[in-house]
Amino acid sequence: MGSRSRLRFILRRLLHTGVTVWLVASIVFLMFRLIPGDPAAMLVDATFPSSLRLEILQRFGLDQPLHVQYVAYLANLARGDLGWSFFYNRPVTDIIGGALVNTLVLALSSFLVAYGLGIAGGVVLAWKRKTRIDTYGTLLALVFRASPAFWTGMLALMLFSYRLDWLPHAGLRTPGYAAAGLLGKYLSYDFLVHLTLPTLVMGLYYVGYPMLLVRNTMLEVFGEEFIEFARARGLSEWRVMFVHALRNALLPVVTAATVFLGLALGGQIVVEYTFSWPGLGREIVLATQHRDYPVAQAMFLVLAAGISLMNLLADLLYPYLDPRVRAHA
Amino acid sequence: MTPPSLELTSPPPAARRRPRLADGLRAVIRDRATAVGAVILTVFVLIALLAPHLATHDPWALNRGPDGAIAVLEPPSARHWLGTTNLGRDVFSQVVIGSRAAILVGFLAAFMNTLVGTNVALLAGYYGGWFDELVMRLVDLIYAVPFVPFAIILVSLIGPSLWTVIIAIVLLFWRSPARVIRAQILSLRERPYVRAARVAGASPLRIIYAHIAPNVLPLSALYMTISVGWAIVTESSVSFLGLGDPQVISWGGMLHLAFTTGAVQYAWWWVLPPGLCIVLLVVSSYLVGRSIEEFANPRLRDLV
Repeated sequence: MGSRSRLRFILRRLLHTGVTVWLVASIVFLMFRLIPGDPAAMLVDATFPSSLRLEILQRFGLDQPLHVQYVAYLANLARGDLGWSFFYNRPVTDIIGGALVNTLVLALSSFLVAYGLGIAGGVVLAWKRKTRIDTYGTLLALVFRASPAFWTGMLALMLFSYRLDWLPHAGLRTPGYAAAGLLGKYLSYDFLVHLTLPTLVMGLYYVGYPMLLVRNTMLEVFGEEFIEFARARGLSEWRVMFVHALRNALLPVVTAATVFLGLALGGQIVVEYTFSWPGLGREIVLATQHRDYPVAQAMFLVLAAGISLMNLLADLLYPYLDPRVRAHA
Repeated sequence: MTPPSLELTSPPPAARRRPRLADGLRAVIRDRATAVGAVILTVFVLIALLAPHLATHDPWALNRGPDGAIAVLEPPSARHWLGTTNLGRDVFSQVVIGSRAAILVGFLAAFMNTLVGTNVALLAGYYGGWFDELVMRLVDLIYAVPFVPFAIILVSLIGPSLWTVIIAIVLLFWRSPARVIRAQILSLRERPYVRAARVAGASPLRIIYAHIAPNVLPLSALYMTISVGWAIVTESSVSFLGLGDPQVISWGGMLHLAFTTGAVQYAWWWVLPPGLCIVLLVVSSYLVGRSIEEFANPRLRDLV
């Protein structure tokens, strides 16, 4: 594929992603306004006097017809203005920054656990195929995938936080802990201790997929000639497995990994709630409890944009990872 | 005991000819893991059907101990097999009744979402053109929607009920069967027997439902089984986040109460049983799904 057609491919995918985000934004707009009942009731406390109610409606443009609201909404989005939080009484953008960082930190650390353990475990399962290790290892991977993360999170809290008192049970930091600079904020011992349990719970929840994926792709690679050849050269089985077979089985894993990061953004909502981790997901839950719809709407949109970006990344990476795709595109 | 077989890759020898129901049944009986999964699923369905007779107490009743005080957070005993909650409710009876919500949402949502996904795929794949393009763009769009956040926002807007959760699941989950089955249909519609039917003057709908659809039924069955597990986890997640129907006892709702009342600190008898039931149900739906996967035998990986 020439550099011009590659550029065209990238531009087309960028356009697709932009359209997707616009459509999600429109769906969110409609969802919050076309629901049964008075949409204003969602935004204004019913006990407010009618003059105050009208003032609030005017302030947020809710007395305007729907299409005017929609245009204003899109214009504000384009300017990066996500609205005003009723509960915090601050611009929504102020709340998003910190929550987004916290969500990404947790997603990345659990990604490392899931894919580190998953890839190594998958190689072992394929290596020991048709033995008890393979059978029970596969069953274990299935059980991890089937266990809701909030439940394993509760069990982990019960055991490690409340009974053994090894790890903290909630939040990012010990209350009163003053972080010194950005480094102290996210690399301090205190923060890492708080990160441990949610990371392990999330990581184990997602470990099954890469594990089974690596195992099955490796089993397919085993039939190839270069594996026979590596063995014939007298390389150790360890080397054949982890260097020759694994390297050729990694492609689907990389694609799955980008998709994983997108999924994890939305999926870790229950883990964030269980461990009171102040990320995007927990903010959405709190916002629905407070009826703080501008926040719920904005957080949802940020998550959807994140997932679209990850899907875009998967599409753009693929031709670079697999020359066969590049040749066909 | 020989370990149950969980082989994923080797295709069954029967895959070469057109699979028949008898082959499927034979595979089910031969494969131990499938049998275990099918038995667990059946047991849970029976429990859900017979729940009022199996429950030892009224699940809503505030039970009192021999001394007349409400039996708050009692560990398991002969009177309360799985102990009591913070309000003295019987955990065993709640778990038994809670199976109804799980089975109802799991099976109904899975059935509806497979029905929608399969039909959309049949029409889009067969007709192609702008309709196909539209459907595929819609599928792409839905893949960008974060699932649990979507479900809880929908529930908080429309109001908590099992039906809202089912609607949320169907609205988003039909994308997976739709995408994979459509790809299958693109190849099926060019097969000689489909062309022959077209030349013979069969109407498009007849070709779609009489000639093409039977070939994708195993795939649909696979998606349906796997969706049962997904739907149950989704329903319990929504309930756990406190957005479940307060009038309905569900496993996720039980865990929500155990969590928010602080009983999670020590009341293992309240936390373990509902979660174990979810895990058992979901694992058994995977086990059954995998044997259907061997039966249907397409190269399926992306079961998210």
